[in-house]
Amino acid sequence: MAATTMAQALNRALRDSMTADERVLVFGEDVGQLGGVFRITDGLTRDFGEDRCFDTPLAEAGIVGFALGMAMGGFKPVVEMQFDAFAYPAFEQITSHVAKMRNRTRGHLTVPMVIRVPYAGGIGGVEHHCDSSEAYYVHTPGLKVVTPATVNDAYTLLREAIDDPDPVIFMEPKKLYWSKEDIELRHIDEPLGHAAVRRHGKDATLIAYGPSVPVALQAAEAAAEEGVDLEVIDLRSLVPFDDDTVMRSVRRTGRCVVVQEASGFAGFGAEIVARIQERCFHSLAAPVIRVAGFDIPYPPPMLEHSHLPSVDRVLDAVDRLQFTDEPDHRYLTGAHS
Amino acid sequence: MSDHIATDLLPSATPVRYLAEDGTTVDGPAGYPRPSTEELREAHRRMVVGRRFDAQATALTKQGRLAVYPSSHGQEACQIAAAMVLREDDWLFPTYRDTMAMVTRGLDPVEALGLLRGDAHCGYDPNATRTAPQCTPLSTQTLHATGLAYALRRKGTDSAVLALIGDGATSEGDFHEALNFAAVFEAPVVFLVQNNGFAISVPLEKQTKAPSLAYKGVGYGVRSEQVDGNDPVAMLAVLHKAFEHARAGAPFLVEAHTYRIEAHTNADDATRYRNSDEVDRWLDADPLARLEKHLRTLGALTDEDVAAAQADGERLAADLRSRMNADPHLDPMTLFDHVYARPTTQLVEQRDLLATELKAQEG
Repeated sequence: MAATTMAQALNRALRDSMTADERVLVFGEDVGQLGGVFRITDGLTRDFGEDRCFDTPLAEAGIVGFALGMAMGGFKPVVEMQFDAFAYPAFEQITSHVAKMRNRTRGHLTVPMVIRVPYAGGIGGVEHHCDSSEAYYVHTPGLKVVTPATVNDAYTLLREAIDDPDPVIFMEPKKLYWSKEDIELRHIDEPLGHAAVRRHGKDATLIAYGPSVPVALQAAEAAAEEGVDLEVIDLRSLVPFDDDTVMRSVRRTGRCVVVQEASGFAGFGAEIVARIQERCFHSLAAPVIRVAGFDIPYPPPMLEHSHLPSVDRVLDAVDRLQFTDEPDHRYLTGAHS
Repeated sequence: MSDHIATDLLPSATPVRYLAEDGTTVDGPAGYPRPSTEELREAHRRMVVGRRFDAQATALTKQGRLAVYPSSHGQEACQIAAAMVLREDDWLFPTYRDTMAMVTRGLDPVEALGLLRGDAHCGYDPNATRTAPQCTPLSTQTLHATGLAYALRRKGTDSAVLALIGDGATSEGDFHEALNFAAVFEAPVVFLVQNNGFAISVPLEKQTKAPSLAYKGVGYGVRSEQVDGNDPVAMLAVLHKAFEHARAGAPFLVEAHTYRIEAHTNADDATRYRNSDEVDRWLDADPLARLEKHLRTLGALTDEDVAAAQADGERLAADLRSRMNADPHLDPMTLFDHVYARPTTQLVEQRDLLATELKAQEG
């Protein structure tokens, strides 16, 4: 069996969805002849024709607003924002219109569209090409927000996102585009909103999504060598959020670290931690700790390795989970100064 | 290279006009289909009814029955022409100031006022009425109109779309992106800019240095025209032509020069930024009086016709008044409907919380 990359899996998902449903259209900047700057749409114009996959003018609000109109007209647009930060011109269209159209028309107008957003860092990209922008979208009711961490999930989650009756922000971790797996891609027909336990463990739970899942898994392997048995949850879907899988794990392990690449302050990890303490307080043996990007603008590529949550930073957090019943002195010192 | 010649796209040097302010006819440009007398009689009747609707809606704000109402008094020629040129299968994308056009189109006035009453974001079914929700952000709906127009063409219909915006909205980026997308994708969409002189308080001369807002189409390859927005004959003529053009697969931009007689909304105080002399000058250019004089000169309008139109207006106003005086029945539990196709588990929990609160209040 040939190894498949995440980029190829995404391409296959687009192809299979376009074949299955002729209402599915793919458009955006450079997605036609070129096949997209990351080649996710490679060959779609050639194989499906320019009516089904086409280039648009270079204007993100235009792409999203135009796609919303096409969805009103019965099509299912899958649009590409070329990079995370380049989606910001479309922010008003996404938050004020795409997210709200079903609600403001009491279900009469729906927007079954997918907005693909390549996001996050780790690829040596220059400024404005490495943002983790998920918090902006998860904070907007009406949007679903999904991010794959494995090759098969890239395929199956994108198929599900295209089939979904609601608008989906589909966030693709750029640094995993070239990750490979020897697998047969298969479409699991289930609604969005299910997390996956990637590694079973009993001592603590690591919660991660998108680009942070491989980091968490590596940390778990390293911890195992030290005799600490970590469970790793891959959220897959940020909205809808799978409280059930997360809470079941944390109630069992009693300890938890949340890992995200985005800046920590008011980030999605904060929501996860809040939900855990509301629901699992009496099962917790230690405070839930966040490992996140620093609260800084994304750094220049030659410094990004110092910013991104590393395996070591995750392991340090695991060490602070009070396995020896010692309080976390980091937050005790200076608290009353 | 485009096969357009820029001069083909350019608007007339002065606004298209067929009726002078005193109702006498003037020589306007050739090339626009002149509305029939019967169509003008119908336009007159609808303008009388539309103006009465507008006055009733303003009165309802004073009685606390509407949260807010942006009047289109003075813009009746634009509002009525916009509704009249649409076929049933065409789509209308209105703003908050276009309720008169929506009611003229045949929407139920109470449903049309849902947004401004405050009992819904959109009180009508957009699919059934082929009318998009009234848009309060500026110019964002021009992109939706363009995308829908392209979808209609892709489906092989000759339906077209009308997007309404004001002068201030032509400064917003989405308007420019919509013009560009419309041209590139040959979308059957007409953009009608009602230039009423003010974006709330900011006058047009602070909004743009363009010689006419219609020039904003040319750079995108969109054929454009400017028209006297208080001349109902010219409005109908130009919009009919614009729709003919759009149905053939090319967008069209129309700037209508008109005036907002009332303040921005009932909550605004227009005396802070303009003087009454200016308003009086525009009252002399009243579109309804102009059409009435014209039709009487033609011998196509009698006192009985005018009285009949006014009676139609009074009937609509009385019906609106009595229905709006009833408190709407609203169920807080519907807050969680239509956020997603199926509520998330989190929304189900929150719905249960609200149900408990409501039960406690009842008890």
